[in-house]
Amino acid sequence: MSPWREGIARLRRYPSAVAGLAIIAALIATAVYTVIAIPYPQAQELWRGGERWQELPVNAGPVWADRLLGGDAPRTLTASSAAAETVEEAAYDGVRLNRTVLAVDYPYTEFPSEVTLFLEADFEQRRPFVRMRWRTPDGEVIPLGARRVGEQGRVSISQDRGLESRLGRAPQVGLFAEPGPAGTEERPEARPGRYELILETVHFERTSQLAAELVVYGQVHGLLGTDHERRDLAVALLWGTPVALAFGLLAAVGTTVTTLVIAAAGVWYGGWVDALIQRLTEINMILPLLPILVMVGTLYSTSIWLMLGVVVVLGIFSAGIKMYRAMLLPLREAGYIEAARAYGASNPRIILRYMVPRILPVLLPTFVTLIPTYVFLEASLAVLGLGDPVLPTWGKVLHDAQAQSALYHGHYYWVLEPAALLMLTGLGFAMLGFALDRVFNPRLRSV
Amino acid sequence: MSPRPAQAAAPGEPLLAARDLQTHFELRRWGFLRTGSVRAVDGVDLTLDAGEAAAVVGESGCGKSSLARTLLGLHRPTGGEARFEGQPLARLRGAALKAYRARVGYVQQDPYGALPPFMDVRRALEEPLIVHGVAPRAERERRIEAALEEVGLAPAGEVWGKYPHQLSGGQQQRVVIARALILRPRMILADEPVSMLDASVRVEILELLRRIQREHRLALLYITHDLSTVRHYTDRVLVMYGGRIVEQAPVEALLERPQHPYAEALLAALADPDPANARRERPVPGGEPPSLAAPPPGCRFHPRCPYAMAGTCDVYDPPALGVGEGHTAACWLRA
Ligand SMILES: Nc1ncnc2c1ncn2[C@@H]1O[C@H](COP(=O)(O)OP(=O)(O)OP(=O)(O)O)[C@@H](O)[C@H]1O
Ligand code: SF4
Ligand SMILES: [Mg+2]
Repeated sequence: MSPWREGIARLRRYPSAVAGLAIIAALIATAVYTVIAIPYPQAQELWRGGERWQELPVNAGPVWADRLLGGDAPRTLTASSAAAETVEEAAYDGVRLNRTVLAVDYPYTEFPSEVTLFLEADFEQRRPFVRMRWRTPDGEVIPLGARRVGEQGRVSISQDRGLESRLGRAPQVGLFAEPGPAGTEERPEARPGRYELILETVHFERTSQLAAELVVYGQVHGLLGTDHERRDLAVALLWGTPVALAFGLLAAVGTTVTTLVIAAAGVWYGGWVDALIQRLTEINMILPLLPILVMVGTLYSTSIWLMLGVVVVLGIFSAGIKMYRAMLLPLREAGYIEAARAYGASNPRIILRYMVPRILPVLLPTFVTLIPTYVFLEASLAVLGLGDPVLPTWGKVLHDAQAQSALYHGHYYWVLEPAALLMLTGLGFAMLGFALDRVFNPRLRSV
Repeated sequence: MSPRPAQAAAPGEPLLAARDLQTHFELRRWGFLRTGSVRAVDGVDLTLDAGEAAAVVGESGCGKSSLARTLLGLHRPTGGEARFEGQPLARLRGAALKAYRARVGYVQQDPYGALPPFMDVRRALEEPLIVHGVAPRAERERRIEAALEEVGLAPAGEVWGKYPHQLSGGQQQRVVIARALILRPRMILADEPVSMLDASVRVEILELLRRIQREHRLALLYITHDLSTVRHYTDRVLVMYGGRIVEQAPVEALLERPQHPYAEALLAALADPDPANARRERPVPGGEPPSLAAPPPGCRFHPRCPYAMAGTCDVYDPPALGVGEGHTAACWLRA
């Protein structure tokens, strides 16, 4: 059995290794699923935001969290004219009067966060005219005004100042409240029941059409909630997984492998090569990584691939070189390397095939625990506002949350979700790394 | 495996010839200040014919391994010359040096250290073949199998996938020997090949080396500190002392009529019934081995020599003097 396979077999005896591997496997599965389900261009497109999110509430928490805490926060309800019946009440001389009723069955006692009516008219020259009325389950009818509708119209009912002053409170509260004089209750409650939006449309052309959709925004959404731009956090949190893993892995591989090979070359060639590598390392060790990244990000570009490149380049002559050097130095005298020279192995072959593989098992634990540090680095950069401009990442979610004072406004989910994923990543790799350390570093094994 | 036809070397010319070969290691302080040198090999003359087995005998630290490494081209000689098949080793570069490395096999003292711990037997034996561009893979595997069979590790399938730590010391050394043979060399340098093995397997390994050497008409330079192991396994003995060869003779002649007082002392220790005296670490003749950084003037053996003649031995360096058929000794007593 090869030393590697033996090590893996021994690894199975450590529960922490198994748990760590399970976490890592779950993260990898999520990453793979995400990349397949939401291809990269689509993810970028989605995260740019805009219209596709218009039916999602702003800053809605996850549904399960609310239910878990015993809440009954409303979800978003919609009613579309496509599903409702449109009755033509009168027609003369090319002018038609249509009546559409959009009904929502509202089961909650808490109020919606917003109420918006989206309109879309199809006409030749003369825009249709629509009059809107609201009917509560108790039969009370509240006029919501009237307007001409262009190709795209949007009536923010909950933003209607006039309506607000007429109702004496925010429209999304007033329209759903128990009947009675405003402001008498301590904490007003919504009246569950069937609410209707009555649209009376006047078409001035024989063929003109009007499509309408009423959206009663909830306070919670989906598994992960939404942000200030109504974007579903699931997109960012899902896509953050492959980005984080790729960044961490590539940075760890890039720095470890190059550092190891350079350290081995220094040890093998010795003399001025070794001295040069040592001096470069010492200079590099006093260069601060984060400020340099901030500088590059501010002056040049915050592309995640550029950041990765800078991290790897600055990581090549890192303190690791000194450690690897100490481990590699005894190999210079190793009999099998002398034998390799004697049968004619070239210097690069000795470095890559005889020196590097010898200390790889010792390095594996360090390597595994290095991955999450780079994941955290990427997140830190994003929190500092140096996240990738287009890719959704965990760090960028945290950045948005911070910029929007999420904690101050009580949107805990916005901070906790990406933080939990970061911690889970750190935990998974750390648990595996520690177990690997015990398996591959004989000095620790007896402890 | 078939022996290669002898190349280049003119008939009658030895396969390997060293004249006044020197390998000095510079001692430096802070990496650049020269503070002296260790004269590990200091004027060695030797010849080795194709198909001949010779032993180099000497106490610990006399420069045996340094001599072997110099002959392997692992150390650049700092003076003198060694020729292999008539070609000066110091001038070999690039492809010629690589070709030379294929023609010389190396068997080290510590078989466990000589095998990469992360390679299985197949891989360890494949390395030299890959380095020398032996292709295709099937050909490499055929040669690995043949080499393993040659060293008595048949069937090859049994050790093929094993790692060094899963083999016994004797098996490890057999694998090392197989690796030394796999490029079909003309010469084997075996540096104390049995001193780290259990006494029970030493004879097996020495017999194996001798058999292979005879069958393939290889030149063998067997380096040892133990004169008791030369009799059946070599044709000629070179006695090394303080970086030099002080006596050369056919094995029987040396064991029966040693001409140099140092060789005599080594033999006397062999005859000593106290086995502790045959042990390696104890300097066989009384006194300290000479310092290679500051060798004694005149005959290097004079501080320990019972016959030392004041005014001669401590002033003049004795040359190698012929004392019989193929027998030389560097001692003023033979002048
Ligand atoms: N690379 C080197 N640099 C400096 N000194 C060396 C080097 N290699 C060997 N020496 C010195 O040269 C001397 C001879 O060493 P060498 O290993 O050749 O002796 P040896 O006869 O093989 O001894 P042993 O029986 O212990 O193997 C020793 O004093 C050793 O310290
Ligand atoms: S030359 Fe003198 S000191 Fe040297 S071995 Fe001969 S007798 Fe002894
Ligand atoms: Mg030695």
